[in-house]
This record gives sequence, structure tokens and C-alpha cells, in this order.
Amino acid sequence: MNAAMLYALTGAGLFALGLYALAVQAHLLRKIIAFNVMGSGAFLVLGALAHRAPDQVADPVPHAMVITGIVVAVSATAFALVLMLRVQSETGQPHLPEQPSD
Amino acid sequence: MDGAVNAAAWAFDALLVLTLLWLAWRVLMGPDLFKSIVFFIAFGLVMALAWVRLRAPDVALAEAAIGAGLTGALFLAALSRLAAGERIANAKRPVENSDTGKSTRPHRGVRMVFIAMSALFFGGLAAALLSLPAEAPGLTIQVAENLSTSGVSNPVTAVLLNFRGYDTLLEMGVLFLAVVAAWSLTPAPKEPVSPPGIVLASFVRVLSPMLLLAAGYLLWAGTHAPGGAFQAGSVLAAAAVLLLLSGKDMKANWPEWPLRVVLGLGLGVFIAIGLVMMLIGHRFLEYPLDYAGDLILLIEVAATLSIGVTLAALFLGGRPQRDERK
Repeated sequence: MNAAMLYALTGAGLFALGLYALAVQAHLLRKIIAFNVMGSGAFLVLGALAHRAPDQVADPVPHAMVITGIVVAVSATAFALVLMLRVQSETGQPHLPEQPSD
Repeated sequence: MDGAVNAAAWAFDALLVLTLLWLAWRVLMGPDLFKSIVFFIAFGLVMALAWVRLRAPDVALAEAAIGAGLTGALFLAALSRLAAGERIANAKRPVENSDTGKSTRPHRGVRMVFIAMSALFFGGLAAALLSLPAEAPGLTIQVAENLSTSGVSNPVTAVLLNFRGYDTLLEMGVLFLAVVAAWSLTPAPKEPVSPPGIVLASFVRVLSPMLLLAAGYLLWAGTHAPGGAFQAGSVLAAAAVLLLLSGKDMKANWPEWPLRVVLGLGLGVFIAIGLVMMLIGHRFLEYPLDYAGDLILLIEVAATLSIGVTLAALFLGGRPQRDERK
């Protein structure tokens, strides 16, 4: 167990927490936030694995991938938010329509 | 002495990851959406600290500017638009339940299933991570060996714009597509422009030139130190968002076609340089050694402008509407 593994496990934990919230929260904004937390967890895993390189130098390739990922995540988030507002203006509610109950 | 430093570092790391997990829990499960978003911004800043601990200052800058700052601003803007939409909906149907808290969560049994599922996911991921070797150089050696051929001396910039230029090209494509998609879906909501208070107005006046300067520095520094087009672009976007918040009108100051040109500039310049390289006998996005540094800087300048304007355009939440006074 070293520092890199500590951060990697934290990343996995964030991913699992986000996944749980994504599943149980009905509000679409909360789902989008949960998705962002899951993304942060995935980035943290990548960064932690890059930190395993010896000689105090981290692997720059995962770092570049995470920077790319952060920018893609914010674009996707912005688009998701526009979609959410559209759902609200169509249905009056920021939730996905309920399934017909039995 | 070394032991004491080590113990302090461990204590700091442990505190940092516990803070991260606690903040994430407050973000995800807090009853009040507004507080959740504020916690999300705090979460992003602590993430940036974690990136510094993982010796990734480039990522820390991007996380602080985009992950915490701009994403938080996007969430807050969306929340206020939701509230405005809710007021309209409630005016039409007065008995609608707008509760966003616990009542919309599923039953206890269903929650248990999801808890088990998430725990299983965590267990699987943890097992996979723990089975990896504790030390692995990854591609550090290859990057260090080829750094002198890349035209820049910051390894992260070398990877982003030279060794894995395709990734960055496609990422510019994603940014461009996001604006096209958001603008196609809806016009920018007309928001009541409240005149900015004296604090915000004078703050913005002082801060925006400083942000421009910081963006220029980050762009220039990116070739040899932490920084680069993405960090610079997001600082630029932050300046634009501040100006929008203080009541500056994007469509008044940015007529339609220059805005669209700048939105496509990063992607366009990137592709154009790639194609020119092919015409003079190289491969797509392969830069000749003598010009690599200049070409990368050229791409980065175009990308910075595009990223800044794109993120600000996404903050608008839709295409800018034509001025009706004309």
C-alpha cells in the first residue's frame, strides 16, 4: 500500500458513490452531478496509476489523457444541462417520466 | 527527520482523501441542490490539491479552472434556469409537486440493491487496482527519450499536441460539436439582466484584464512549464463568464459571424496544419523538427481562443438570439 494506491482506491470509491447516486436520484441535475463525480473518480484512478513511476517523475501520458477528459466532460455536461432544461420545458419537471406503475 | 516528513505526508494524504469522499457524499446526497453544487465546487478544488499531490500540476490547473470553476458555474446557471422554468410550470399547474429531496428516491429495498451493486463495483475495481504492480514506469521513458523531437519541453504538452495529437484534435471536435448541439436545441434563455452591484462591477473591471494576462502567460508557459492551451482557454472562458454575469451582452459585442469563426478556429487550424503537413510529404499531424515548436504554439493560440469562446458559449445555454430591436 503506497500513496498511489491510496488515491487509486479513493478514485474507485468516488466512482462507486457516484454510481449509487446516479441510480437512486431522480432529479436530472443530480444525475448529471453524479456523473461528474464518477468522472472525477475515473480521472483520479488514471492519475494515481501515473504516479507509480519511480524516480519522482509521473507518467505524462495519463496526465494528458485526464486533461483531455476534463475538457470533454465539461462539454458533455453543458450539453446534458441543455437537454435537461429541454426536458423540463417539455414535461414541466426535471425528471424523466415515471414508468407506468402496475 | 525523513520519517517525520513521511508521516506528515501520509497524514495529509489520508486527510485529503477522506475530505474528498466526505465532500462527494455531501454533493451526491445532500437534500438541498444549491448546497450540493457549492459542495461540488469545493470538491473540485480539493481534487486540484490531490492532483498536486500526485505531481500533476498541469491537471491541477485544468481541474481548478474547469472541473471546479466552469462546471460549477454551469450547474448554478442551470439551477437558476430550472427554478425559472418551475415558476412558469407552477403558474400553469398550481398543484405540481416540485420537491427535489428524499421523496423522489426509490424504496428502501431498491436502494439496498443499488448499494450492493455499487459495493460490488467498488470491490471489483479495488481488486483490479490492487493486483497491479506497485511500481510501473508506464510511458515515462519513451516520452523522455523523444521529448527533444517534440518542439516543446513540457512533457504533458508534448503528449497533448505532438505524440497524441489525434486525441487533442478529436477533443476540439467534441467541444465544437457540443456547441453545435446545444445551440441547435434551444435559443439562449432570456434572463432578467439585473444591473451588477458596485462590488461585482468594479471587481470585473479589475479582474478581466488580469485574467487575460494570466491566460496569455499560461499559454506561453505551457511549452516548458505547467500550463497550456486548455488551462489558458478556461481562464479566458472564466473572464467571459464574469463579463456575461456582470451584464455584458455577448451578442452586442460579438456579432454573429466572427463568433462562429472563432468557435471553429481551433479545430480548423489544427486540421489545416495536419493537411499542409501531408501536402509537403509528412504524415497527418507529423511536424518537421525545425518548425514543431512554432506549429504547436500556433495550434495552441487558435485552440485557446476557441476553447475560451466555446466554453463561454456553452455557458449561455443556447444560441444567442437575434436582437429584436433591429
